[in-house]
Amino acid sequence: MGYTIVEKQELIPGQTTMMVIDAPQIASKARPGNFVMIRTSERGERIPLTIADRDSARGTITIVFLVVGKTTADLATLNQGDQILDVCGPLGRPTHIEPSGTVVCVGGGTGIAAMHHIAKGHAEAGNRVIAVVGARSKDLLLFCSELSTLCPELRIATDDGSAGHKGFVTEVLKDILDSGEKIAEVVAVGPVPMMEAVSRVTLPYGVKTTVSLNSIMVDGVGMCGACRCTVGGKTLFACVDGPEFDGHAVDYAELRARLWQFRDQEQGAMERFSRECRCDG
Amino acid sequence: MAEMKTKRKIRPRVAMPAQDALARSGNFHEVALGYSPEQALVEAQRCLQCKNPTCQSGCPVEIDIKGFIAALCDDDLAGAYDILRRTNALPAVCGRVCPQEHQCEGACVLGRKHEPVAIGRLERYVADAFLRQAAESPDACRAVTDLDACQPKRVEHRVACIGAGPASLTVAGDLAGRGISVDVFEALHEPGGVLVYGIPEFRLPKDVVAREVDGLKALGVTFHCNWVGGKTVTIDDLFARGYDAVFVGVGAGLPRFLGIPGENLVGVFSANEYLTRVNLGRAYDHLNHDTPAFRARRTVVIGAGNVAMDAARTALRMGSSEVSVVYRRSEAEMPARREEIEHAVEEGVRLRCLCGPLAFHGDNKGGLNGLTVQKMALGEPDASGRCSPVCLEGQTEHLPCDMAVIAVGTRPNPILIEATPDLGLNKWGYVQADKDTGETSIPNVFAGGDIVTGSATVISAMGAGRRAAREIARRLL
Repeated sequence: MGYTIVEKQELIPGQTTMMVIDAPQIASKARPGNFVMIRTSERGERIPLTIADRDSARGTITIVFLVVGKTTADLATLNQGDQILDVCGPLGRPTHIEPSGTVVCVGGGTGIAAMHHIAKGHAEAGNRVIAVVGARSKDLLLFCSELSTLCPELRIATDDGSAGHKGFVTEVLKDILDSGEKIAEVVAVGPVPMMEAVSRVTLPYGVKTTVSLNSIMVDGVGMCGACRCTVGGKTLFACVDGPEFDGHAVDYAELRARLWQFRDQEQGAMERFSRECRCDG
Repeated sequence: MAEMKTKRKIRPRVAMPAQDALARSGNFHEVALGYSPEQALVEAQRCLQCKNPTCQSGCPVEIDIKGFIAALCDDDLAGAYDILRRTNALPAVCGRVCPQEHQCEGACVLGRKHEPVAIGRLERYVADAFLRQAAESPDACRAVTDLDACQPKRVEHRVACIGAGPASLTVAGDLAGRGISVDVFEALHEPGGVLVYGIPEFRLPKDVVAREVDGLKALGVTFHCNWVGGKTVTIDDLFARGYDAVFVGVGAGLPRFLGIPGENLVGVFSANEYLTRVNLGRAYDHLNHDTPAFRARRTVVIGAGNVAMDAARTALRMGSSEVSVVYRRSEAEMPARREEIEHAVEEGVRLRCLCGPLAFHGDNKGGLNGLTVQKMALGEPDASGRCSPVCLEGQTEHLPCDMAVIAVGTRPNPILIEATPDLGLNKWGYVQADKDTGETSIPNVFAGGDIVTGSATVISAMGAGRRAAREIARRLL
């Protein structure tokens, strides 16, 4: 048993990895916005990862992940031909996609991968998609060639100005909003501060804004309530009610606090992992 | 047997050996240690072998209790196990977690004047002793069924079970024993449902569950883990794949919260999350497993059912020095099993009865540091027959705590329901199923367990599984 990795590519060396996984049943059901729960070893933790793409004909799904803790570090050691112990999904509600006009898809860091799948869905539904991607520098941008094929407009922002606009994606977004073009929706996927900033920018324009929350999950199927977040004053579960929510209604301060819950234990697991890796040579 | 029935002095019930309370509150080993063969025989001989065994009708799956105890008295362990297995796919589990005091033992004739026969402990003894013995014999079939050899699977009949908890395991065992091919689809990475993620190791060791699951595999049942009913595969997909019937046993669902301020502070958990991290994620063995669990000095648990007791006792074992159970009514109304409450108190859990949670309080980093409770008194009996709690206006108390676990029940899980719009629901949003056959509003789709009743017991889920299996077999065979 297990799910074979049919392709592995280090998108950003030592940091961000893309894997194409043989999972025909999941591929046949996966839609933009869905995620999978992954476990790499018998003693490992279940973690959620967004499905960045799927190929139902080939029976594969694509995941893109940043090494942030022990499970992702362990996952990154696997190679083409190796198996991932558990891949469960597709989970979460798919992105709501309907022909609606122009949609701006904003992606930051590793979030660009998930945003890419959503942008693809909107493009296939006939929407005009403006993609805005941001990272610290040019080398940290993902999926630019795919996005430029899908989208009539690809806008880039980098902190250091090595590509596109020097500054934040929100500044680019504001330009687009100010240009007068009618925007049906803004979708933002990336770090919490970025999604919060995007929501703050769009609020005065009254543009519908959707964000994808990467909250802590344990089972991913609604059972545990670990991923709960406050949206519009109500407690909702990111795994079954989301992961996408109205960006103007999310309580970001609470989300940030909840994301830090297990930081100490996670660091402990990571340190043990690094030690063991060194021992194994 | 004849001389057994002659008039004799009733001996006291044989006490269950248990780990010392102080020692066990620091480990996850099983608390109740089980009878020795001698103790089991002495207890078995207390049974009056009544002409009209009321214990049997007290059991949701109507185990032939008198029969299995008689076999045990005759030193026929295999015979006793066969009798148990005829109606109960998971005797080693039921012997440990069933609320026997309200079921078989509650109906035991001996219990009118004396202590009832310890039926649950005997069931556990028979299952453990027989399976230990059978593990050394190559005949796997005999170890898990009343059959000498596994019947060949009749692959022309195929049944799918969604969820691998007690209800589905019962359906699978029952149908596989009749030669029907059964596939079980489980969302998590390990079969067992609540038996694995919910009930802690110290009450139900996971190797006991694994042994029961292995028994089903030996019968030809196939388990597909990481398959989410309604997501990875829908009910329509299953029929399209050629299954004749589908059993839905997807379990309890979403945790309920209290809807009071501060509930999403860091350190406030649902019992499901806390227990899943510790049990399924093995966070109790955190040096060898990655899933983290919150460690707190002072823990409050809200609720007073078995799940609340499990959470409280788990928190002690995970290192909390103070653990309180907060409950609105008095100890007498607590829904948990007596034995579990007693075990918890022995281990050092403090019961704070007549306290209703009002608000959680946090520090400036969003972390929990206390709970305010409203003092209550008991009023008139309500619709449930229990005295209703009444607020004592103005009387509140602040309980300092750095972790809170909320164990106040569940709501229906939406995943399978949303993916199956034709599935009829009852007024509480659970799946509607015929009480005799378990059939839902969709022909040949059956349901049972917590997704039909809301949070209930392992044995009631198994009872529902049995009824559904009987009906499925009647239609197919």
